[in-house]
Amino acid sequence: MEKVFMKGNEAIAEAAIRAGCRFFAGYPITPQNEIPEYMSRRMPQPDVRGIYLQGESETASAAMLYGAGATGIRAMTSSSSCGIALMSEVIAWMAGACLPVVICNMARGGPGIGSIQPSQQDYFMATKASGNGGFRMLVFAPSTIQEAVDMMYRAFDLAQKYMNPVYILSDGFTGAMMEPVVLPEMRSEEFLAAERKKNEAWAATGRKGAARSHQIGAGQRPGFPRAPLEQKNKADWEMYESWKVNEVEYENYKIEDAELIITSYGVSARIARSAVDMLRKEGYKVGMIRPIKVHPFPEIAYEQLDYNKLRGILSVEMSIPPLFYYDVEAVVRKRTPIATCLRSGGEIIERSAIIEAAKKLYGDK
Amino acid sequence: MEKIYSRPIGLKKSINGYCPGCLHSAAGKLIMSVLEEFDLLERCTQVDGVGCSANNHTSMDVDSIGSPHGRPCAVASAVKRISPETVVYTYQGDGDLASIGLAETMMAANRGDNITVFFINNANYGMTGGQMAPTTLMDMKTSTTPYGRHAQEHGYPMHMCEVLNALTAPSYIARVTCIDAANVRKARAAVKEAFQHQLDGKGFSFVEFVSNCPTNWGLSPIESLKFIKEKMLPEYPLGEFRNR
Repeated sequence: MEKVFMKGNEAIAEAAIRAGCRFFAGYPITPQNEIPEYMSRRMPQPDVRGIYLQGESETASAAMLYGAGATGIRAMTSSSSCGIALMSEVIAWMAGACLPVVICNMARGGPGIGSIQPSQQDYFMATKASGNGGFRMLVFAPSTIQEAVDMMYRAFDLAQKYMNPVYILSDGFTGAMMEPVVLPEMRSEEFLAAERKKNEAWAATGRKGAARSHQIGAGQRPGFPRAPLEQKNKADWEMYESWKVNEVEYENYKIEDAELIITSYGVSARIARSAVDMLRKEGYKVGMIRPIKVHPFPEIAYEQLDYNKLRGILSVEMSIPPLFYYDVEAVVRKRTPIATCLRSGGEIIERSAIIEAAKKLYGDK
Repeated sequence: MEKIYSRPIGLKKSINGYCPGCLHSAAGKLIMSVLEEFDLLERCTQVDGVGCSANNHTSMDVDSIGSPHGRPCAVASAVKRISPETVVYTYQGDGDLASIGLAETMMAANRGDNITVFFINNANYGMTGGQMAPTTLMDMKTSTTPYGRHAQEHGYPMHMCEVLNALTAPSYIARVTCIDAANVRKARAAVKEAFQHQLDGKGFSFVEFVSNCPTNWGLSPIESLKFIKEKMLPEYPLGEFRNR
């Protein structure tokens, strides 16, 4: 496959289109503007024939996505941090209504307007509470543009499979940089038409002779009669639990003989990987655990460690206070010391800082 | 014998969820009867707001999307653009359309999205117990204006037809009421006209129903109709504001 040199945001948008995304609604916010800009260019083209709609706000854009989801078309939105926060109302509705949509967060500094520079301060918002009512989503955390592209492509399939929103938690760093990527094949018109046809069993686009009218609404499973809310909550919980078996994804990097584990995700893990390589050259037995999806959290990766030979775990993220750290702490349960290496507010984590923190925790070789 | 009137087939034979005397059910019945006349029941999607307007979907037997509060026009815009062959309409109250969803309403109208919007103006938030709405009349007492609506504190009633009429894109704007038989006939004609605009691809069509809330107004159904005639209609004059 041919490699192309692309900016992260544009590669993500193109990957979504190739995955079959035919509706995009969004509102301008830095650092993700190239996604809606690219979509506005690409959607009307003859090989796509999709719809781009600029909402009057993030909330309205998410509501447009909700409407699109209710038609059974492959649809997405993107935004950044405080913009995603504005969407949280409708994200909860989309989870409540079991709509197969994709949401992409190119995160920036926070809280509030924060900064326009890249950050990982939305970890809790993405993995724990993207809206009211205690719903969960599959949350991908790409470490490279190639990974973001591959995740975008899979996200639409998973949204359709589970009838639940899928979330890409990326950052302004990955969106703004350029690197060579291999783009996936364009989904065929036949594939997309067949899925639309299948989704007609529940889509709210006119009854068209169906035995009963279709109702889409929060608290209601598409295509099924309204059931007590608790019953739906239980069914959702069952699905979230099934993800712990079927959807956990992580990467172990050089951990076989490691006495110190660096753990990180997304763009920080990219920098941490380089720190691991440098430390290895100096003779430190260091490895890395990297969650590829940050929800469901890959507890198994940490459970499999031999804590008798570990000197500690270094948790690395671009958030102060740390957020990812607490998921690590919850599974490690004081079996080894955990230290942190953090930057925040739009400051990029430095490899030298990770190396220094790792050496401090490692002690004598 | 010729049958000249019957329950619209789009209305389920279930309890509609509205208080006795509430004109929400009259508006719903008219919409269903026009959809039936146009043979659109099988190819329409209703987008509900939040509040009393959301009671609607329990009685209307058409495809429907329950929308987040205030967002029906955004939801409907997306549905219509994706599925232009579907007749898409929203059904919203005054809090939903003119307060929390004002941006969505105005921007869908300004884009000229080819949807139809039905707006039920009963001058208060009915479902939550009768709080002040943007359309509450001057001096009117509500559960959050216990001393009456006063200009200095609360501003003035919002006139949505007039506000929308300042935009270029909308193709049909009308205000109607269902307080008596003559007005019901006019209201039905407006609903029909609004759907015709959508079928003709003319863009945004809007029908405001000046309605009542006997429960929260503390009036009997009959008294509430008198209140509409004497108090609401001078503030919200009926008629076609635009038809092109």
